[in-house]
Amino acid sequence: MNDKFEQSLPDIPISPRQIALGIVIALAVYLGYSSFYTVSAESVGVVQRFGHYHYVVDPGLHFKIPFGVDQVVQVPVKRQLKEEFGFGTPGATFTRQMSDPREWELETTIVTGDLNAALVEWVIQFRIENAFDFLFKVRDPGDALRDISESVMREVVGDRTVDEVLTIGRQDIEANAQTKMQEVVNLYEMGLRIDQVQLKNVNPPKPVKASFDEVNEAQQERERMINVARGEYNKAVPQARGTAERSIQAGEGYAIQRVNQAEGDAAKFNSLLAEYIKAPGVTKRRLYLETLQEVLPVVKNKIVLDDKAASVLPLLQLNAMQGEPR
Amino acid sequence: MNRFIYIALAVLFPLLIVAYEAFYTVNETEQVIMTQFGKPVGGIVNEAGLKLKIPFIQKVNRIEKRILLWDGSANDMPTKDKLYITVDTFGRWRIKDPLQYFLRLRDERSAQSRLEDILGSETRNAVAKHELIEIVRTTKDRTPAVDPLLAEADVGKLLPIKRGRRQIEEDIFSAASVKLAEFGIELLDIRFKRINYNESVRQKIYARMISERQQIAERFRSEGAGEAAKIIGNKEKDLQRIESEAYRKIQSIQGVADAKATEIYAAAYNQTKSSRELYDLVKTLETYKQVIDPSTTLVLTTESELYQLLNGVGQQP
Repeated sequence: MNDKFEQSLPDIPISPRQIALGIVIALAVYLGYSSFYTVSAESVGVVQRFGHYHYVVDPGLHFKIPFGVDQVVQVPVKRQLKEEFGFGTPGATFTRQMSDPREWELETTIVTGDLNAALVEWVIQFRIENAFDFLFKVRDPGDALRDISESVMREVVGDRTVDEVLTIGRQDIEANAQTKMQEVVNLYEMGLRIDQVQLKNVNPPKPVKASFDEVNEAQQERERMINVARGEYNKAVPQARGTAERSIQAGEGYAIQRVNQAEGDAAKFNSLLAEYIKAPGVTKRRLYLETLQEVLPVVKNKIVLDDKAASVLPLLQLNAMQGEPR
Repeated sequence: MNRFIYIALAVLFPLLIVAYEAFYTVNETEQVIMTQFGKPVGGIVNEAGLKLKIPFIQKVNRIEKRILLWDGSANDMPTKDKLYITVDTFGRWRIKDPLQYFLRLRDERSAQSRLEDILGSETRNAVAKHELIEIVRTTKDRTPAVDPLLAEADVGKLLPIKRGRRQIEEDIFSAASVKLAEFGIELLDIRFKRINYNESVRQKIYARMISERQQIAERFRSEGAGEAAKIIGNKEKDLQRIESEAYRKIQSIQGVADAKATEIYAAAYNQTKSSRELYDLVKTLETYKQVIDPSTTLVLTTESELYQLLNGVGQQP
């Protein structure tokens, strides 16, 4: 191998001066390369000289002393970072962003203040606020943040009932957890700023879920029963009101009719009376006979008796007892 | 010429090695204890930067200056109310007395195991002295918000506590920090990370949760039935009321009308003696009209007015 390689190389004579020149050029290139560095737009560079914190530089091209005297660590202070708890979406912005999926169940299960349990998934959004604290105050700030977040979330949820956690108390929990996490982070001087805590899926534990659904169903059923009853009420009562109104109207109609009738009768009587007073005898007789005129033709059996003939014979059969005349 | 270079190299090379051995750097994140043949000398170097030492004789021992994490393993332990729970704790600590730390523990691994021993047993002690709820809850006098839908279901109660999670953490902290101080370790705090029901307890808790929910569901159903019955009752009441009110109204209207009619009749008929006579006559005749119908057998004497004229044309009544 070696022989072949040497053979394939052209036999160019190289003087020691050329070697020295080559070494100097290579050194110069290395020096230039290792003396400059760029800090990306979303970061700042923290410069340490012989390990001692020196200064912080803004994004751009910068000079440093080579040969490991100056060391630069870039810290992405402008980037929005997040950590997920109890679930995970791929694409880490920070250390790992999420835990091992095998840990998820343990991470989400939280005991509530009424000694129930709830499965809580949440996300925290944060930024590195102080690059110096972030690098030099706490070792493994990412792990520390995850621990703090879990601890605080449990503290907050532990002070609430399962119903608050599942429904009405979500915003309260988010706000409370954010303040408390920030307090602990400040206490540790981690140089982080918690921008947001968001609750994601919050569920009752799986074996219990059916009974929570049952409550919802029962709630619906209650509304349904009440609505059906209201329907029945609404079906019957307005109708009854209408019917009652009709009967009252009919009653009023009767009243009007009754009074009018009475007034009519009275008027008729009064005019008759006026005539009667003028000639009582004749009128009386006239009325009597008129009535008989009206009544007698209708009657089929008429028997006329004479007081003076005290026998059966004087019976006058005015018409046959049987058989219709017409 | 060549000879001069060789001599220069022979002198420079050892000098470089000595210089390399004489200087060392201390990072912002660490502090250094110098040892001379294994024995610490010259105090603690905790200022970062480039430092000098005696080459070959003195050895640099770097010790962490930052706040460190202790992540305890999850342990099953009983509470005072005999519930088995899995407790996972974590704490922050710092090497406060590097010399002590260096002499007693030497490295971080043994420090972690000492922390595990001390904090683990203190946690056990504290948990065994308290009921579960004391470890779960923190604030003593918090009134929970209640879902208006569940307001009457008698759930959503927080169980009362005497001390609370923060104070129990405080107990563990104060008991453990004394014991850790002799190792040069300053405990900054200890917190419960996770507290979960043990598998056997979990089933019981779930059973209780289920029964609690079922009780709420039953309540809703019975509330629904009760509410519906109330509405139906209301319906019946309203119907009775409407009907009876209408009846009352009709009766009184008719009564008034009847009274009025009677008054009118009386006023007309009762004016004078002759009006009374006329009324009698008219009423009697009307009565005839009504009483006499085709099936009536009418017996008339010749005495009656109809036939009077037949008896004697001459006689004028």
